[in-house]
Amino acid sequence: MITKRIIPCLDVKDGRVVKGVNFKSLSDVNDPVELASFYSDNGADELVFYDITASSEGRQLFTDILQKVASTVFIPLTVGGGINTVADFDRVLKSGADKVSVNSGAIKNPELISEAARLYGSQCVVISADVKRVDGVFRVFSKGGREQTELEAIEWIKRCVGMGAGEVVLNSIDTDGVKKGFDIEMLDAVCNAVNVPVIASGGAGSVNDFIDLFKRVPRVDAGLAASVFHFGEIAIPDLKKELKKNDIKVRI
Amino acid sequence: MIAIVDYGVGNLFSLRSSFKAIGADAVFTSDEKVINQADRIILPGVGAFEDAANKLKNTGLGEVVVNEVKNGKPLLGICLGMQLLFEKSYEFGCHEGLGLIPGNIVSFKGKISTELKIPEIGWNELTLNKESVLYKGFSGGEFVYFVHSYFAECENKYVSAFSEYGIDFPASVETGNVFGCQFHPEKSGKVGLEILKNFCEAGDVI
Repeated sequence: MITKRIIPCLDVKDGRVVKGVNFKSLSDVNDPVELASFYSDNGADELVFYDITASSEGRQLFTDILQKVASTVFIPLTVGGGINTVADFDRVLKSGADKVSVNSGAIKNPELISEAARLYGSQCVVISADVKRVDGVFRVFSKGGREQTELEAIEWIKRCVGMGAGEVVLNSIDTDGVKKGFDIEMLDAVCNAVNVPVIASGGAGSVNDFIDLFKRVPRVDAGLAASVFHFGEIAIPDLKKELKKNDIKVRI
Repeated sequence: MIAIVDYGVGNLFSLRSSFKAIGADAVFTSDEKVINQADRIILPGVGAFEDAANKLKNTGLGEVVVNEVKNGKPLLGICLGMQLLFEKSYEFGCHEGLGLIPGNIVSFKGKISTELKIPEIGWNELTLNKESVLYKGFSGGEFVYFVHSYFAECENKYVSAFSEYGIDFPASVETGNVFGCQFHPEKSGKVGLEILKNFCEAGDVI
């Protein structure tokens, strides 16, 4: 039986992990390569890297780092941030990414999804959506959640999947950073609308939040989080043990 | 030396890195001479069956690989590379494979509950089905990483391990010196590296 996946997310700026972690076993907590190995050795099923660099020098640095990570860590790697063209797909895939996540780039140009799916296969095209409730409607936000769009989230995600996106990362702006649990209602709506894997993001604060997620939204495939893992509040091996105790299938 | 057949499909970065990590000498090649000289062959592949099968045919590399295998050289097909080892695939029509293992490639669609998503993406467990050099030191229950919508339908005797996704399907197959993994060993962490390492030593025991 396929397992539920646990995915740490690392934000990288100018070649360094932002909001570095505080694991005592790491000599350089801001080194993406060292962190990736640490997570891979400690139960992460997959890693997501977001490139939040603005400069082209930073982009080059990111690609170099990605190559180093992909040379030492042998679990699936998803890369996002600054993906606007097929050339961006090409750059990160050649550097060792397995999947590429698009967000604002797809909002600006939805054709990017179909073109990338045709060239590289749906399995490596991930649509990442930042969603917030506005007047009772799930609205898609772009530019890292700063700019509201006219798009209704469920329709948008369905459209992206129809164009060839093979996986969805749903980040609820409403629950993000609050650490009071994932956005069950929003996730349930998305999981019922599409038949590709859905990764839950935003709101993880405790082990119970993950148990709650997988129990209440059985169709969700993975839980993604950043700070609770980085700050050592949740150790992935402990999390997986608890999930297993609760009859949730995980890779141990 | 291990020849990884480069016929223009898929992302080979991780495969190259995996062999480097286990200290094996692997080269990407589309050169017949290099494949002839190699001790072992890897047939990778991601994407559509028809396109890959055509590329193998048009470049002549499919024939080169088949001849080497008939002379006893160990071959490992990975993901689509495994599917290509079979006789036929029913992915968008009916297309011929290399015919090294009797059986066909069929879709999960219609064979599993509609509750299950297609493709299967993620980590799934191995249930060992027969003794295999690939699984030296394994006891079953190891997790490996899959990304696929189609699987092999073949006789039980060719299946070295099963996984379950609504139905039991072959996670890996083998007959003689021909091996295939539906999963991606190069993405399956330490377990995957162990499998690649076992394959690198396979020639010594066949």
